[in-house]
Amino acid sequence: MGLGREYDVAVVGGGLLGSSLAWGLGRLGQRVVVLDEGDIAKRASRANFALVWVQTKGLGLPEYTSWTLRASETWEQLAATLETETGLDVCFRRPGGFHLALGDREMELRRDVLARLHNQPGAADYRTELLDHAGVRKMMPEIGPEVAGGSYCPYDGHVNSLRVFRALHTAFGHQGVDYRPDHAVTAISGNNGAFHLTTRHGEIVAGKVVLAAGNANAMLAPMVGLSAPMEPNRGQIVVTERAAPFLHFPMTTLRQSDEGTVMIGDSKEDEIDDRAHHMPIDVMMANRAVRMFPKLAALNVVRAWSGIRVMTRDGFPIYDQSESHPGAFVVCCHSGVTLAPNHAFDIAPMIASGVLDEAVVGAFSARRFARPSGERAA
Amino acid sequence: MFRRIASANAEMVMIEVDGVPVTARRGESVAAALLASGLSIARETPVGGVPRTPYCMMGVCFDCLVTIDGIGSRQGCLVSVEDGMRVSIQKGRRALA
Repeated sequence: MGLGREYDVAVVGGGLLGSSLAWGLGRLGQRVVVLDEGDIAKRASRANFALVWVQTKGLGLPEYTSWTLRASETWEQLAATLETETGLDVCFRRPGGFHLALGDREMELRRDVLARLHNQPGAADYRTELLDHAGVRKMMPEIGPEVAGGSYCPYDGHVNSLRVFRALHTAFGHQGVDYRPDHAVTAISGNNGAFHLTTRHGEIVAGKVVLAAGNANAMLAPMVGLSAPMEPNRGQIVVTERAAPFLHFPMTTLRQSDEGTVMIGDSKEDEIDDRAHHMPIDVMMANRAVRMFPKLAALNVVRAWSGIRVMTRDGFPIYDQSESHPGAFVVCCHSGVTLAPNHAFDIAPMIASGVLDEAVVGAFSARRFARPSGERAA
Repeated sequence: MFRRIASANAEMVMIEVDGVPVTARRGESVAAALLASGLSIARETPVGGVPRTPYCMMGVCFDCLVTIDGIGSRQGCLVSVEDGMRVSIQKGRRALA
């Protein structure tokens, strides 16, 4: 090894997910190296909508509702710890969040989704209530007449995700986590105690390896006997100039950031080229936003972007340790912002101890993809 | 501090800056007219609350952002003055009417 350093853990991927894990491991005194791509990586950590979101998570897998609730409850602790360590306020706020319905048909669809979630065996109570127009208006007086109503969940919130990203990386410096950009991993060999990771700048050796490389996990996981079936998709976001605070609750497709910009999202396209950007999609999203809050029409749009979502085949997270290569872990999830405290405070200690706690994350093994279809349907 | 280069056949227009009538020369930019007005024209940024005045005068730095005829955050250096134009200096984040 070139620099003569020894690592307990190599985390492959330095986005929000890999960074949360590496930070959690660093806090435990582990010697950690983060192997990241360069500045032009397709990075969900920079393109995301920054919600800490609970409502409607877990349809088809009730354990995901509980896992998400747990994250919502510990986000404050993550924010406070990061501020103590780095002096950076990541602006976590949890006023509760809305999903607004334009017209009666959307309202019916929402009612149906909430009923299906509620009726799942083992579903955690995430206290989401359905409000009619008057009910929403009481909390958000500025909604437009087309808003038929919406669902409100007190566990929903949002955060400045760019600052979370920066805070985690700042904390690396204090913890001695070795962050290496431009170290995309192309091959992994070896086994527990000595994994060898190939990068263009040479080989890295570490006792354990954690794959946290987003959609690239699909390619990396088989190198250590794991599987990570991914189905990425693309989203577009429109951003306005900064305005005085007037949106006091985050919504699924609309939020005002702590610095005043209004973010309007979030489309979903099968295309996964983040260099393409489709104006008609922006127009449709902006139009819906103005129907929800007519005042928005007075704001200038200052930018828009496309980003690639990290998405497993069924949308739920994957946490696994390799049976053939013990010490190799794979971590995949769509919600790197929402689940950050779980990754830092729960998953990192499990990785440090060498055992994923079956009772906590057993439901999220990729073994579920190998089951005969329908087994879970009951 | 700023002084217009003398011109024999300059045509002047009237604009309004935060309600104060200001004489400007047709063809010049809003940012130039603001600098020449002698008024206190520093905006305050929406996040840090620090003062900014027009700087690059060529559309690059965005320090000259200003509200023109009710539309906020326009680049004053890229908009030509028009007679009767109403300009207001932005202090912090804009409140939506």
